[in-house]
Amino acid sequence: MTIPLNDATQRPHVVLDRITKSYGGGSPILDDIGLTVRRGEFVSLVGPSGCGKSTLLKLIAGLTPLDSGAISVDGMTPANARETVSFIFQDATLLPWRTVSQNVGLALELERAPQEIRQQKVDALLKLVGLEHAAKSYPRQLSGGMKMRVSIARALSTRPSLLLLDEPFGALDEISRDRLNEELLRLKAEQGWTAIFVTHSVAEAVFLSSRVLVLAPHPGRIAKEIEIDLPYPRTAETRSLDAYEDLVALTGRTLRGVHGL
Amino acid sequence: MTMRRVLLRLLNAITLFALLLFLWQCIIWVFHLAPYVLPTPWAIARVVVQRFPALWSSLLTSAIAAGGGLLASIVVGVAIAMLFAQSRWLREMLLPYTILLQTVPIVAIAPLLLMWIGPGLFAVTLVAFIICLAPIIANTTQGLIGVDRNMVDLFTMHNATRAQILWKLRLPHALPALFTGIRIASGISVIGAITGDLFAGSATVGQGGLGYSITYALAQVQTDYLFALVFAATMLGFFFFFAVVFLEWCFLHHWHESVQTGDR
Repeated sequence: MTIPLNDATQRPHVVLDRITKSYGGGSPILDDIGLTVRRGEFVSLVGPSGCGKSTLLKLIAGLTPLDSGAISVDGMTPANARETVSFIFQDATLLPWRTVSQNVGLALELERAPQEIRQQKVDALLKLVGLEHAAKSYPRQLSGGMKMRVSIARALSTRPSLLLLDEPFGALDEISRDRLNEELLRLKAEQGWTAIFVTHSVAEAVFLSSRVLVLAPHPGRIAKEIEIDLPYPRTAETRSLDAYEDLVALTGRTLRGVHGL
Repeated sequence: MTMRRVLLRLLNAITLFALLLFLWQCIIWVFHLAPYVLPTPWAIARVVVQRFPALWSSLLTSAIAAGGGLLASIVVGVAIAMLFAQSRWLREMLLPYTILLQTVPIVAIAPLLLMWIGPGLFAVTLVAFIICLAPIIANTTQGLIGVDRNMVDLFTMHNATRAQILWKLRLPHALPALFTGIRIASGISVIGAITGDLFAGSATVGQGGLGYSITYALAQVQTDYLFALVFAATMLGFFFFFAVVFLEWCFLHHWHESVQTGDR
């Protein structure tokens, strides 16, 4: 199934209206940000450290309060929309005392899903991310890439319509990162969620996204918006396309401009 | 580890022990020490066998006081730590008192307890309980509040209740710290039981613990028996310590780094 990316009739999924945020009354981390994310879009935020990318994600998740402006997710406040949102952190945030399958089942357990339904879903999710064989392993026995798969499976367990990803593959080697990028797009094609993705990697942002936003620091603001008009489904071959390389170069140049280099 | 290496280690330990006993004996020979100053290892072994029933009864009394105090301190200490973990305000207000608990000399409290509740096993257990409480509270609180911010956010994203965050996140996360606290407390629980016994132990024949017997042996200048009692107290501390280490292994070995056994 392909997602109609430019369907103007659809209600926007996430709307940020002139938001500002500072911590402890200091200088603002985010200043006057406006952003509309359409349903089914894959939006990446790139920018130097200190531009407030992660803070922006936490605001959309309702994990930290706004100073001014408004955020709506599915027409609701972030806190009220939580049931439809999953957050994937930079570290896999697995509970070390639980097995892989118990970790995947955590979100369903917190939402008090019945045991037998939980087990069914967990088995299906483990299969989806290719970890059936590791169901009984503990996190310390897994590689970084496998841990992240567990984290993704857990995030998808509650059937979210919006996924917020905070540099989820930042700590992985390039091969694992590329492979997980491809898998993430496969899962998105199957399930059709909207994604907002924070990353340091320009290549990753271009590969995944329908739109890349380049943020500038001090205070954090959206400096440039780049449409990535490469067709989905994207695969490993996409990376060797000229159009892909051009977009990576363009985005890279824009990011360097923001850095003032 | 191969069988050969285990045997070799055992042999080393036995040789060292024999050497130490021999050195001890030599010191007595060279300096012509009287038995009431330093008894020979042989005399101590003999008195252990001769007075075994009395020694065993003292040991058991102290073990009950130390063990009871330790168990009670775990239950109460964890409950207090759980309370502390719920609010920063409460923690900042009450934490100075737990430090007080640690710094107040137990030797000064024991006579008070004696005055209030009279001598006996209960008073001694209470001394052990008080002395164990501080490390349990301090370590468990640290473990409960030291949870990674992202983990709490993860639970929040899935609309977890405060109770769910406590039971499914904070408590399991605090388990290694709790065991560190119990390990510290296990050692001092024996000290507490013996110190308590010196002041508040029952003086009725056959009901006193190691502390009472030590006072008695000292008064009678039964140095060999005194050594046997000190030896018994040390063994008790050892036993508690290793029992806790074993329990810790049972609870944590499959997931926690600190107790992994050679599989990497």
